[in-house]
Amino acid sequence: MKSAYEIVTAARSKDRQTGQNFINGIFKDFMELHGDRRFADDPAIVGGLAMLDGVAYTVIATEKGRDTKSRISRNFGTPHPEGYRKALRLMKQAEKFNRPVVCFVDTSGAYCGIGAEERGQGQAIAENLMEMMALRTPVLSILVGEGGSGGALALSVANEVWMLENAIYSVISPESCSNILWRTTERAAEAAESLKLTAADVFELGVIDRIVSERGGDAQRMFSALARDIAEWYRKMQSKSAEELTEARYARFRRFGAGPFERQGAGT
Amino acid sequence: MGLELFFRKPKNELEKGGRNRPRGAEMEYELTETCPACRYETPQSVLIENLYVCRCGHCYRISARQRIRYLTDRGSFKELWSDMESEDILNFPGYPDKLESMRISSREKEAVICGTARIGGSDCALFIMEPYFMMGSMGTVVGEKITRMFEYATEQKLPVLGVTVSGGARMQEGILSLMQMAKTSGAVKRHGDEGLLYITLLTDPTTGGVTASFAMEGDIILAEPGATVCFTGARIIEQTVRKKLPPNFQKAETMLKHGFIDMIVPRSEQWHVIGKLLMMHRRKGAMG
Repeated sequence: MKSAYEIVTAARSKDRQTGQNFINGIFKDFMELHGDRRFADDPAIVGGLAMLDGVAYTVIATEKGRDTKSRISRNFGTPHPEGYRKALRLMKQAEKFNRPVVCFVDTSGAYCGIGAEERGQGQAIAENLMEMMALRTPVLSILVGEGGSGGALALSVANEVWMLENAIYSVISPESCSNILWRTTERAAEAAESLKLTAADVFELGVIDRIVSERGGDAQRMFSALARDIAEWYRKMQSKSAEELTEARYARFRRFGAGPFERQGAGT
Repeated sequence: MGLELFFRKPKNELEKGGRNRPRGAEMEYELTETCPACRYETPQSVLIENLYVCRCGHCYRISARQRIRYLTDRGSFKELWSDMESEDILNFPGYPDKLESMRISSREKEAVICGTARIGGSDCALFIMEPYFMMGSMGTVVGEKITRMFEYATEQKLPVLGVTVSGGARMQEGILSLMQMAKTSGAVKRHGDEGLLYITLLTDPTTGGVTASFAMEGDIILAEPGATVCFTGARIIEQTVRKKLPPNFQKAETMLKHGFIDMIVPRSEQWHVIGKLLMMHRRKGAMG
């Protein structure tokens, strides 16, 4: 079995499939739509329309880039506020036209920079959390690489959240965690264990609904299996009313961390 | 940890508190606090009278209980869910000891206090974060209490006042603390969809996962003068972009300029301003 830090390394690997590969590998006829209508088009987030099994979807993915040049132009998959606002605009559009939403998340986190702060990184993420919770259309988020804290959560308030077997989902990077705990980044491997950030651990905690097999690195097989699973997920969601969808989504997140206190019998 | 600072000899004049410290005769007999901004020493009695604000305008950090005392109408505060305590769900290194020492030093069970109160005669629900408990970091109990506060307020048709101070999500509870951002945001959304008012008062510092959730979700966002309000801390940004940061970067005043805060309200006016806002949002036909 792999150690937590080996999985962290795999999740960050440059050889890993990036967001756009998932879109193109799973869906047909992807048409990219650009811009947040407020400030800019953030290349770290790709979104648009695509077909699967005769159904039009709104698909959104963080994109890290595939070589040095595209990684730089994609800002290494770390979105600015305008990226989150573009994603929200596309999700609202999906709601309007009654389309399901699928997000592919792979980001070390929301970008930390001067412009990002000045344009309200915190506010942009907060708005996504609030609005995604109430979206009257089915939402599926799949963590395909790094699920870096608030920057990943801002695309993951979904009816179901899936995770690839070598993806990670964490509130803080193991390096920063090690730095806070022991004032050195060298104990990141230990921190990774403590944070319980692997797909298996996160599944155990009930935070994700399904672990997606990477089929031993055979991307084509993984994509076709995912295509089947997504189509099946939508068939399940299709029959639900908007109220049932938002209620289920609220209940899904409402249960996190509520357990122990019920046992103590505290509260009203 | 930290105690050695008190016994250590100061290395230089700055550490001693600078030269020419102003010192009135009456101060000799009383404990004083030195302002970290202007180094002025204010006697405790004067500080209490001035709601812990220095004559230079610097707002000293104060506990959640102190805030309740000056923000709410006398005797109106009723606490809810005061018994809830965090557990070490993930077996995280050092977390049980940390919780224990925080409970002792802050005399609080967790990093947020919730309840109902009247402010300027209007009923409201409120949550106030506690800087002396792990710097108001948000774990599952903080998330749960705030969520319950919004659910309770939705049911009772009450407006909510939230006073934030936080280092962000609580690392020691891993991914479950991240989930609190979504959980609280969902409860804020439901409260708002019922046409109810939510006011946030951001105090120093409001950062990370709290900024990126309920702190920035208020209908009206107030801030205390000079408060740092950010998603990522300045030190991390400086390391990332390797540039000098602009002056007053991430200060409430700058956030106001960029359009993310409605008003900056000095401590002495907060009760009045919040009372007035609540009054202006009273529901027709509803008392209190």
